[in-house]
Amino acid sequence: MSKALLYDATMCIGCKQCEGACAQQNKLPYDDQVAAESVQSEHKYTVVLAKDDKFMRRLCMHCEHPACASVCPVGAFHKTKEGPVVYDVWKCIGCRYCMVSCAFAQPKYEWKSLNPRVRKCIMCPDRVVAGKATACAEICPTGATKFGERDDLVKEAQDRIRQNPSTYLPRIYGMNEVGGTCVLILSSVNVEEYGYPASAKIGDTPMPEYTGRVMEKVPDFIPVWSLVLGGIYWVSHRREEVAAAEAEHKNGSKR
Amino acid sequence: MKFKLTFWKIVFLVIMALGLYSTFVRYFYGLGAISNMTDQFPWGLWIGFDCLCGVMLAAGGFCMVGAVYLFNIERLHSVVRPAVLTAFLGYLLFIVGLLFDLGRPWYIWHQLIYMNPHSVMFEVGMCVMAYTTVLFFEFLPNVFERFNLLTPIKWIKRIYPVLIVLGILLSTLHQSSLGSLYLIMPSKLHPFWYTPALPFLFFGSAIAVGLAMTIFESTQSAKAFGRHLELPVLVELGGALLVALWVNALLRFEDYFHRGMLGQIIKPSYEAYFLWLELTLAFLIPITMLSFKKVRLSPQGLYLASIFTVLGFITNRLNVSLTGFETYVGHHYLPKWTEFSVTLMIIAAGFALFGLAVKYLPIFPDVQVPVKDRLQTETRPVVATPVLEHAGD
Repeated sequence: MSKALLYDATMCIGCKQCEGACAQQNKLPYDDQVAAESVQSEHKYTVVLAKDDKFMRRLCMHCEHPACASVCPVGAFHKTKEGPVVYDVWKCIGCRYCMVSCAFAQPKYEWKSLNPRVRKCIMCPDRVVAGKATACAEICPTGATKFGERDDLVKEAQDRIRQNPSTYLPRIYGMNEVGGTCVLILSSVNVEEYGYPASAKIGDTPMPEYTGRVMEKVPDFIPVWSLVLGGIYWVSHRREEVAAAEAEHKNGSKR
Repeated sequence: MKFKLTFWKIVFLVIMALGLYSTFVRYFYGLGAISNMTDQFPWGLWIGFDCLCGVMLAAGGFCMVGAVYLFNIERLHSVVRPAVLTAFLGYLLFIVGLLFDLGRPWYIWHQLIYMNPHSVMFEVGMCVMAYTTVLFFEFLPNVFERFNLLTPIKWIKRIYPVLIVLGILLSTLHQSSLGSLYLIMPSKLHPFWYTPALPFLFFGSAIAVGLAMTIFESTQSAKAFGRHLELPVLVELGGALLVALWVNALLRFEDYFHRGMLGQIIKPSYEAYFLWLELTLAFLIPITMLSFKKVRLSPQGLYLASIFTVLGFITNRLNVSLTGFETYVGHHYLPKWTEFSVTLMIIAAGFALFGLAVKYLPIFPDVQVPVKDRLQTETRPVVATPVLEHAGD
């Protein structure tokens, strides 16, 4: 059973306390200037976006089948059984394949550093393992960000939609997108307006499957292709040996 | 020895000086200072050109080794050595390029201990590492021959069939896997270039470019080193190139046809212009040229056709890696001059090393100072000797 976050945009008041708590938890600088930044970056893992009088939070989605973990050549990312997708900086070689592969464009890079790290929300793994809520969920004054079991949160989201069909769009973003994520979003407007990728575009297929379909053939391909190549070598050189042997034979019979 | 400052030497020195400055910026001020790469564009010119195109341009090695040693097409033998040299240098420089691009290049060896077999990048990395080793052994006889060390040549000859099969196997894997890298970005890469067929297209283009590069470098070195041009060999390669281009064109057409994209690719758009440029350079011009027998038989024609092919497929790979992401990201990416200068420095180093190798090693038999006891059997099939021995009986 994995943990998850349910973010209900209709309950969000845009106080940005989650941003501050996140910064504190991850020992990042946070002041008015950072608070005013409306993009995620290597020093801002989560951001509350405002449009008209509505708000939307962005953070790593903690996919059930994370692309970043599947593409990393050294396995610096992995999905924990509790839900968070975490990063082991000591393994990282800095290829940035995680950044290009993430459908939600979540991993950010320390471009100015001489020993750069990939930065993203890691869902407070220490707290989660200890049975506590994430920093952002704990501080949220309205309960817009709620921490819990993923299955329970999905049920709760469905209940909220059922009880207030006029408030919500009838969808839970993250329930099936790219095979399901551990951040679920409820809102009255389309999340796509805030920069989230369209559900239709990213689809429900877990991202690792796209490369997995090819990668799973490699172990079979290696012996088959070696055999084919070896066979070609044998045939093309054999012809010569036969020709030589025949020539020799001819010479022999002439004598 | 007198050092004469020619035009090209000055160009070389300027490129090297700028490149060294950029190298300094890279390692003392970081990736952000030297490049225009951002969180939106984490892969820039160095991945697009140095890695994707670099590996493609080095494909001549496995193509020619395959033709000459695997299929035993003896008459192409004279181009194997330069092709293997180009490939060996190409892969070495590819690794140098990686050391610039990786954020933490000092951990590049982590690849060997923290393996993730699900990662395409891991597969590419391992293949490139292994193939560079194979190329080293394929290249080594040049050095042994230079110093008349016959015994080690014999050892390498004994394992040659294994080296050949291994080299082609590894090339097949990583040339196609460079395309597979992009399979995980269906929502980001523009549909003109995102296709499940990417690994096939990358492998196909590697073969076409391998042939074109072999024609290019043979002609170029004939000019540069004043050596005699083996026209029949080039003509044969030109014919193979024409076939390879047709196969590639057909693959591209079928891909667009099956994905129902034919209507879209003819509509003008930002991406369409780049696609048209790519298709014109890679297919339209060289296929038209090579279809004329007159062109196919002339060194100039073959040279030009091969240049168009190479430029066309470079455009293709830059489209896959850069142009194809611009709509998703919402803005353009133009490399900083320091990024260009690092790339140029690496290319210039490649040319210089090629020149040095040709000068001091028996790459082209008719260029180097003749080594008296050069192995005569080198170019002949192993079994030919006994035949000759018995001929006198």
